[in-house]
Amino acid sequence: MSQVKLFTGFERFWHWSQMALIFGLLFTGFEIHGTYEVLGFQRAYETHQILAWTLIGLWVLAIFWHITTGEWRQYVPTTKGLVPMVLYYAYGIFSGEAKPYTTTRAAKHNPLQRLAYLAFKVLIAPALWISGLLLLFYTSWKGTALGGVLPLQWVAWVHLAGAFALLVFLIGHVYMAVTTGDPWHAYLKAMVTGYEDLEGEQGRSRVG
Amino acid sequence: MKRFAAHGAWAPVLAACFWLAGIGGAWADQPDAKSTADHSKFEELAGPFATGPDVTRACLQCHTEAAEQVHKSIHWTWNLDQPQTGQRLGKRWVVNNYCLSLTANYARCTSCHVGYGWKDSSFDFSSQENVDCLVCHDTTGTYVKFPTGAGHPPYEDTPFAGKVIKAPDLVQVAQKVGKTSRRSCGACHFKGGGGEAVKHGDMDSSLTDPPKSLDVHMAPDGLDYSCSTCHEFKSHEQAGSRYLMKAKSESGVSLPGQESNRPACESCHGQSPHKAGVGDKLNTHVDKVACQTCHIPEFARGGKATKMFWDWSTAGRLDPQGKAVVEKQGDLVVYDGKKGTFQWGENLVPEYHWFDGNVRYTLLGETIDPGDRTELNKLSGGYDDPKARIWPFKVMRGRQPYDKGNDILVVGHLFGKDDAAFWKTFDWDKAVKAGMEEAKRVGQTTADYSGEYGFADTLMYWPLTHMVAPKDQALGCAECHSKDGRLATLTGFYMPGRDSNPWIDRIGWLLVLATLAGVLLHGLVRLVTRKRQA
Repeated sequence: MSQVKLFTGFERFWHWSQMALIFGLLFTGFEIHGTYEVLGFQRAYETHQILAWTLIGLWVLAIFWHITTGEWRQYVPTTKGLVPMVLYYAYGIFSGEAKPYTTTRAAKHNPLQRLAYLAFKVLIAPALWISGLLLLFYTSWKGTALGGVLPLQWVAWVHLAGAFALLVFLIGHVYMAVTTGDPWHAYLKAMVTGYEDLEGEQGRSRVG
Repeated sequence: MKRFAAHGAWAPVLAACFWLAGIGGAWADQPDAKSTADHSKFEELAGPFATGPDVTRACLQCHTEAAEQVHKSIHWTWNLDQPQTGQRLGKRWVVNNYCLSLTANYARCTSCHVGYGWKDSSFDFSSQENVDCLVCHDTTGTYVKFPTGAGHPPYEDTPFAGKVIKAPDLVQVAQKVGKTSRRSCGACHFKGGGGEAVKHGDMDSSLTDPPKSLDVHMAPDGLDYSCSTCHEFKSHEQAGSRYLMKAKSESGVSLPGQESNRPACESCHGQSPHKAGVGDKLNTHVDKVACQTCHIPEFARGGKATKMFWDWSTAGRLDPQGKAVVEKQGDLVVYDGKKGTFQWGENLVPEYHWFDGNVRYTLLGETIDPGDRTELNKLSGGYDDPKARIWPFKVMRGRQPYDKGNDILVVGHLFGKDDAAFWKTFDWDKAVKAGMEEAKRVGQTTADYSGEYGFADTLMYWPLTHMVAPKDQALGCAECHSKDGRLATLTGFYMPGRDSNPWIDRIGWLLVLATLAGVLLHGLVRLVTRKRQA
């Protein structure tokens, strides 16, 4: 059994600040949507916007980091081992089977994780970014050809649907990442300290 | 007088003094300390003056062009040919749901005409001496026009409605003329509809001396604007009219020497009046939301109730002596046998509509649907109209006589000493007949009265633009951006916080709950099975 540094300082900074920003965006976003009233519309709106710009800045850094370090490869999807992974969560986990995946520094994410994170990165997040920026700059494009074909409410609907998709993703992600390690909090700890106990070639897989 | 006639150059100098001094405006009710002319030293104004026209003749000896200028103004013509709709508007032609129409009620209504003697349709609109200079230029506050005097002041103390109306000292008034003021304009405009605060909802005598909280522009301890600060006059013609509004001014601040777009707010405040803040969101509202919408949070805010409802159909109740019954709630008349039933309101939330500045009136002769509430003035504009913005309105609702045979609005002969006058004999049939005959005679309609009248529900929109509150009282976002906010009924466009697609919400929350239930169940099963294995 050895301690392996799985997450660099930047990754952890990125992950946790992104978490805080996304929680804030969800909280203020649903208030703007009219789901509840806590901050008041104006403060919710202004906070939402500040958080959004901060998150965009964070993403610029993160994309740069992924490209320059080559870590983007961690998210290349694969079907190899995907079915056993699904079966494990549907069945094997209850009978104490070992995870059918071995985590290594070069491949941190199991096939199911790769797919889920990729979906977040290329579907949910861009849908939210693009629709959010369109909402923000509505007055600049409503008079153009785009304004003629794209009603404002469609943009709002995409943004809202994206928010729901994000919320669904988050619930699954938090459950798996926080509770399905061995011991149950192992992955949470790894994301905080950067280190995880990997058992040589028989190392446990990690999921989150 | 000859002395002055020989020095005609004085006239423009005096006129210029009037104009320049208007910008300061702090001297509303004082003779102009800054003026280069002391009117009390003019022999022409030494008097005595028997009548108003006598005063006017004296004024015209120096202000040689003044009467002709006034003749071109809507204050004199009560006529406006609306270029966008092609309608002939103005007080002479429109029908409202207060006292219905000028027609057949001249001498009462024209107590607010800037002239003398419009007591019937034969009034000579080319008469110079019949221009009333004093009603606008009085600074003493003592000049009044007698309510039923066709524009004349009382020339001796005269009783009216239980009070004595004092005859003004015309010499005194003439010698102290000066610029117009909130009080002089207000003498008529604060009492539109026949009494204090009745008509507009955003104009009443609380604006004579308003605190800043009531009106940031006109408060004497603030900017102390007079009406003409924004409603600039050029050659006695004012800028701005309810009949032809600038609902969306696209020009910036009006600098001296440039074409002025006053009285639009933008003429001073420009197109980006707010601090940018986060995302400059307030300024990006300017294209769709009128300044007034947020900055006039309520109307009738000055402590005076405005009339909100007027039902003519209940008029006619008389006491055993044959006098009209009057019922009051506090100070407010809620029933008057001469006029019917009233409702009043104070500190009211406006109604909001898209408005491009054009109003199409339902004029006399146009068919109405008596089963529906008739809009006496229809607002033009909509969400897709780039010239329209959301505006606040007082909406006056009422029930008024109409011609049941022809389904058209009617005018009523209310005021008069003859048998047909409703306020004399309380006979609608006679009053409507006489009103419609007069309307036909003056060209207000070509329709004849069918002989059968009824009562129809009507409403009228009054755009709100005065009583601008301090900025900390401006509406917050959620006043509109919420489910049951102020714009709840202004549908047809998407607004965040108010509108949503219910299916996205339903499916979205269903998926969220299903996921939550799924992970809880998954976790629970794991707990149970783990214990069993242990």
